[in-house]
Amino acid sequence: MSAGDCPAALASRAILSVRDLVVKFNLRGRVLTAIRGASLELAEGETLAIVGESGSGKSVFTKSFIGMEDQNGWIDSGSIGFEGEDLAKFRREEDWLRIRGRKISMVFQDPMTALNPLRSVGRQIAEVIELHQGLPPGMAERSAIELLARVGIPDPETRHRQYPHEFSGGMRQRVVIAIAMACKPRILICDEPTTALDVTIQAQILGLIKALQKDFGFTTVYITHDLGVVANVADRVAVMYAGKIVECGTAEEVFYDPRHPYTWALLSSLPQLGIKGRPLYSISGTPPNLFNEVVGDAFAPRNPQALKIDFVHEPPAFEVSPTHWAATWLLDPRSPPVEPPAAIKAMRAKYERSLS
Amino acid sequence: MSQGSTREKLLEVKALRVDFKVKGGYFTAVKGVSFDVYKGETFGLVGESGSGKTTIGRAIVRINDASAGEILFKGRKINGKISKELDREVVQKIQMIFQDPMASLNERAKVDYIVSEGLYSIGRARDEAGRLEAVQKALLDVGLLPEFASRFPHEFSGGQRQRIGIARSLIMRPELVVADEPISALDVSIRAQVLNLLSELQRERGLTYLFIAHDLSVVRFITDRIAVIHLGEIVELALTEELFAHPLHPYTKALLSAIPVPDPIAERRKCIQVYDPACHDYATEGPSWREVSSGHFVLANSAEEKGYRAELGL
Repeated sequence: MSAGDCPAALASRAILSVRDLVVKFNLRGRVLTAIRGASLELAEGETLAIVGESGSGKSVFTKSFIGMEDQNGWIDSGSIGFEGEDLAKFRREEDWLRIRGRKISMVFQDPMTALNPLRSVGRQIAEVIELHQGLPPGMAERSAIELLARVGIPDPETRHRQYPHEFSGGMRQRVVIAIAMACKPRILICDEPTTALDVTIQAQILGLIKALQKDFGFTTVYITHDLGVVANVADRVAVMYAGKIVECGTAEEVFYDPRHPYTWALLSSLPQLGIKGRPLYSISGTPPNLFNEVVGDAFAPRNPQALKIDFVHEPPAFEVSPTHWAATWLLDPRSPPVEPPAAIKAMRAKYERSLS
Repeated sequence: MSQGSTREKLLEVKALRVDFKVKGGYFTAVKGVSFDVYKGETFGLVGESGSGKTTIGRAIVRINDASAGEILFKGRKINGKISKELDREVVQKIQMIFQDPMASLNERAKVDYIVSEGLYSIGRARDEAGRLEAVQKALLDVGLLPEFASRFPHEFSGGQRQRIGIARSLIMRPELVVADEPISALDVSIRAQVLNLLSELQRERGLTYLFIAHDLSVVRFITDRIAVIHLGEIVELALTEELFAHPLHPYTKALLSAIPVPDPIAERRKCIQVYDPACHDYATEGPSWREVSSGHFVLANSAEEKGYRAELGL
């Protein structure tokens, strides 16, 4: 089984299928491999969360679905299957315009910078509708007002004429979501949509995205480092480290029965799972330098329980259940038994108690 | 808290008000807050953006002026006009760690200077050999190598930069450290390292922390007591576990209900409460600061206080 393969049931209704994607960047004459062969299947209608630290490549990975790599970046190999086409082969902007914003939309982290400060919010939404649906301006404006009402902006008849600075952070994020929804996309990618917001507002925005997903029936991909948000929204979770997806499974499987040492480390270092008065588990070291070729398991140098083989050969994906796999040698039948950290075992025990 | 009367109060904030001049008048960011911080504890100040929590911290280190009220450090008033000796003492004894390690370090200065800048300002840097030694020790204390002293901030990662920020406050040998969201700009895996470092330093040196944050899960882990602040007013104050077990004020309840928990089943079951300021009936009697049970204070009027006591089974 290769990384990213999903069970037949999921694969049959896969909406997007990424295989062995490699994305490179040219930085001052040196080549950085940001995505080192990542694979992912996205099932229609699901919510998938991609979790990882900054620099793990989660944003670069999803930006490649809409052709938004920076100027110095390119897809080196691999494929992105969507509606019978391979998006990885797209070279011309015209090709991307059929997909970006129309079929696959993106909501960015910071609602302060995602909007044009010099145009009214109604105009910014209508612009997208005119461009992608070819509606005349009057009708586009009507539709913009309806969308603003739909994303929970009170009094949209007057507010659509206002400018971004007249909106609060949470309201601005609603406007950004309205723009992303304007073309009824099939996939909505939310890149840290609530990081810049307060917790109470965050809860509202997550609720809004869920409600819209129900109405419009799109598929959602969240990119976040906040595992609390992931637990709230995700059906499935993909854990990314150093440009690769290292573990993927349903939310229950990844939270209560994680198998990759990196997932263990990530969960154990959360203060919510720590015991007061005792030191929190912390990951030593830093992620590998992606200018250099990574040998073996990229997490091995930071993993105190790493096996010898982790420094030599890259682990393949091992199947844990039909919906769960992890790329770690610990799952190889020949490997010695390694116990997960205490916090992980406690989570698992709590889960088993809740089942019985 | 019950033993409160016997514990030494390191910091007392009394009816603190902070106003900012805005076009056509004043904006009151902090509307008369009072609290005490005991020696050796970690006191959490929690609120959403715009609640005034950072302004309170800044008023304590005297970056912002207090418009009214008093701030006492070891029983002596430190806001307003104070003597030169006291000013020097306060500069040394109260230090601040800032939120964003990318913005709070001077990009053009070497770590050596950044860490010892405070020593210069209190005149303890005249002995060059002593200064260098102090810098190296401070760097070692926060888990950095002494040779980093000759580098510039841009050569470090976020977590390392925050350690430099911590070293710069430690070198002053402070008693009170105001930590303003010290980990919210850091990556998840780095947060644990910095939290551990802060607790370790507290154990070793008996530091007192005023920990300002919006992330309740972090605050729960590190603090002994928490004050919840909403629009410039403290609405509830209690021991950390008491506050999480029996939140009384509707705003505290709303805030607690909104924290995302890394547990999918709990997340799906949870029901988020929304705070509506109109739920208070203050037409006949306004709210005041009341101790509902030992050490658990709430902003309430008598009718509400009665309800809160009933909730606690008192």
